Amino acid sequence: MFSALMLNAWGSASIVAIVAGVVGFFIVLRGSAFAAHALPNGAFAGAAGASLIGVDAIVGLAVFSVLGALTIAGLGRRARHDVATALVIVVMLGLGSLFLSMTTEYAPEIYSLLFGEVLGVSSSELVPIAVIGVVCIAAVFLVYRPLLFSSVMPEVAEARGVGRGRMEVVFLLVVALTTTMAVPVVGALLIFSLLISPAAAARSFTDRPFTAMGLSVVIALGTVWSAIALAYLSNLPIGFFVGSIGAGTYAVGRGWAGWRNRRSRPRMGATGRSPATAQSS
Amino acid sequence: MQGRAATGSDEILAIDGISVTLSGREILSDVTFHINAGEFTGLIGSNGAGKTTLLRVILGLISPSAGMVRVEGGLRRQPLIGYVPQRITLDPDMPLRARDLVGLGIDGQRFGLPLPSSTRRKQVDEMLEAVDATRFAESRVGNLSGGEQQRILIAHALISRPRLLLLDEPLANLDIGSEQEVVDLLARIAREQRIGVLISTHDMNPLLPVMDRIVYIANGRIATGTTAEVVSSESLTRLYGVHVDVIHVHDRILVVAGRREEALQHGDTESIVELM
Repeated sequence: MFSALMLNAWGSASIVAIVAGVVGFFIVLRGSAFAAHALPNGAFAGAAGASLIGVDAIVGLAVFSVLGALTIAGLGRRARHDVATALVIVVMLGLGSLFLSMTTEYAPEIYSLLFGEVLGVSSSELVPIAVIGVVCIAAVFLVYRPLLFSSVMPEVAEARGVGRGRMEVVFLLVVALTTTMAVPVVGALLIFSLLISPAAAARSFTDRPFTAMGLSVVIALGTVWSAIALAYLSNLPIGFFVGSIGAGTYAVGRGWAGWRNRRSRPRMGATGRSPATAQSS
Repeated sequence: MQGRAATGSDEILAIDGISVTLSGREILSDVTFHINAGEFTGLIGSNGAGKTTLLRVILGLISPSAGMVRVEGGLRRQPLIGYVPQRITLDPDMPLRARDLVGLGIDGQRFGLPLPSSTRRKQVDEMLEAVDATRFAESRVGNLSGGEQQRILIAHALISRPRLLLLDEPLANLDIGSEQEVVDLLARIAREQRIGVLISTHDMNPLLPVMDRIVYIANGRIATGTTAEVVSSESLTRLYGVHVDVIHVHDRILVVAGRREEALQHGDTESIVELM
């Protein structure tokens, strides 16, 4: 389980989990789950295209996810954000199916782009993953305050000189880079799970934003580590464990929050605020 | 851009002949008024009259097609202006305490991570105290009531020590008790800290006891002065271009436009004002 071959798996999965925890905090805060779904799936087409013309998959992933991020941010200013995101995913999946029909890759290669290949990460792949990961985290830390401000109160932040559109572009580019480094490791579908579940669960355990981000990293690490171990022991796919543990932590978080709320003083005069209407962008 | 000398001793905002045209439609036309330090001004008008547009012009988020906005010091950007926008939805699931939201008012626009600092903490504590919000400082903002959230948003806007505070419909969705509390709080802040306060609202009645000046907006034009000067049948008839009656009932004022009998049947200010 901790052989030399497995060390690459543990290392790469840990880097992905840390970045996903940090970036995921803002995805959930900003209500950008749909964009976090669209970019990895769109980038998948980039990887298929890259194999078609014989370049490294990570190049195709980077090109497609960055283009996708810029398109969503650009179109989202003029049209509805969800529609812009949906159009990006549709166009990219269309291209993906075209590229796939033209390549001679075996099905398992395609399968690994969707569900990842944690156990197949080589030492040479570990370097770009680590470098992009550090860039993502550094970028989030650099814009932490304005991004938090703009996510919570976009209009007020704008009046203070924090442009809403600028923040959106910066953030989507970070998501695009996260996608680029994570898809080869955990796949397009599982990075989505790692971006959402830990960050969503962390919100239930703390009221402090930065603590929630740290907790999101801890939960993401716990999720991938236990998923790898369980997959190794049971011979069931890692994806199954990542998905179900992710949903499990969220359920535990909600349960904990519900229990805590019942114990705290009953709030008076809270006027019908529905969580469902509180999502922004 | 002449600063204090140009704007007079106490004047902190001067709106000079502002016109705004958005997608071919004239929203504001030749709006002129000014606000002095320590003064409480109500921006009154029905929905869609152009109140939010005017506030956004003052904030520099919309450029007027004509006219000038001068803020004391010649700068139009924060932190000279504190802003509380209309209808903010704060997600109850969001991990953000009241104290964190106030803190964003100090340095939310700066790069980097927030480093713990005792001066910063003290500053936030003092501000929370000033708006009487210490009690729920550690609570999630999304879980607070409408009135409590307004206090936190006001604290957020004030902590950067602005000279002018703009609030867009801060009384909407508040029950009568919290409405009065928020108005009293703002009036006290205006006086004690010598800040100009400009509040937009479709119902002037809660502001009547504290308003120093009224800016009444209709059809993209304004009438300004004291409440007695502006809220009169003659002045509002001129502004609206149709006959307007101003009726005093107890301590409240009803503005009735057009066909008086029909409007009166509705019985409350809001629906009458809507008729305009």
